[in-house]
Amino acid sequence: MRPGLLCAALLLLASPALADDERVRPVTDPVVRKECGACHMAFQPAFLPARSWDRLMAGLSDHFGEEASLPADKTEIIRAYLTANAGDKGGQGEARKFMRWVAPQGMPLRITENPAFLRKHRFPDAVWKDPKVVTRSNCPACHGRADQGLYE
Amino acid sequence: MRRSILLAGAIALLPVLALAGDPGRDAILSDYAAQARRLDPAFTGLSAQRGETLFRTKWNGGDPRTPSCTACHTADPRQPGQNAKTGRPIDPVAVSVNPRRFTDKAEVEKQFGRDCKSVLGRDCTPAEKGDYISFMAGQ
Repeated sequence: MRPGLLCAALLLLASPALADDERVRPVTDPVVRKECGACHMAFQPAFLPARSWDRLMAGLSDHFGEEASLPADKTEIIRAYLTANAGDKGGQGEARKFMRWVAPQGMPLRITENPAFLRKHRFPDAVWKDPKVVTRSNCPACHGRADQGLYE
Repeated sequence: MRRSILLAGAIALLPVLALAGDPGRDAILSDYAAQARRLDPAFTGLSAQRGETLFRTKWNGGDPRTPSCTACHTADPRQPGQNAKTGRPIDPVAVSVNPRRFTDKAEVEKQFGRDCKSVLGRDCTPAEKGDYISFMAGQ
């Protein structure tokens, strides 16, 4: 089976329907959408606690190995939005499950290392090696409406 | 009668307008050319051909996932590309397909800053940036 088909088939098996309360609040701020979305989907802030977003936004010059620095005014707009809408600030939908795994003082940076993510993504290597996927953080490769907070 | 003459005139002008480029892009190109001249008095002008070589060269100093510009933008800049690290789709770079490319100085500088580091492992020179845009403007 082609990896792309495999990906789609696994999704059908995993989630026949998506309940309304599983929707993660989508990113609405235009600066966040544009700047974060320039290189990858602008991840919904509810997947990490505010202290994680503070840490992440303080280290953009080495953003998972990338130089992703922004002018100070934009950095602050993005930081403020992400922390105000973080998972520990009334995070809702599917992201609630992610917060349960974060230690009280924990400051995780990778959403894809959260056990809530891992337990739903136990796929054969062929899925991860699909050229459309490239990396585990490429949510829209399989979740067509991930950008809208819908992880069907 | 007068209206049809005006219309004919407007239609005749269309190809000229299409070739004239974008004032924002022209300013960016002039600025890079001026910087290149300051750095090297022997600099004679930007070159689309050098830009194409830059685009297609496989470098050694950068991220192994992006040995060349084509790693993300494909060998045909008129085609959509894909970020080799994140998988995100990338709009075509060729100006003929995507006329808004290289029209905002801050955006252009930000992208060169990131991509040159990733592909070449260093900053690009003003001449390299201008050459690259010159190539893409003709694509």
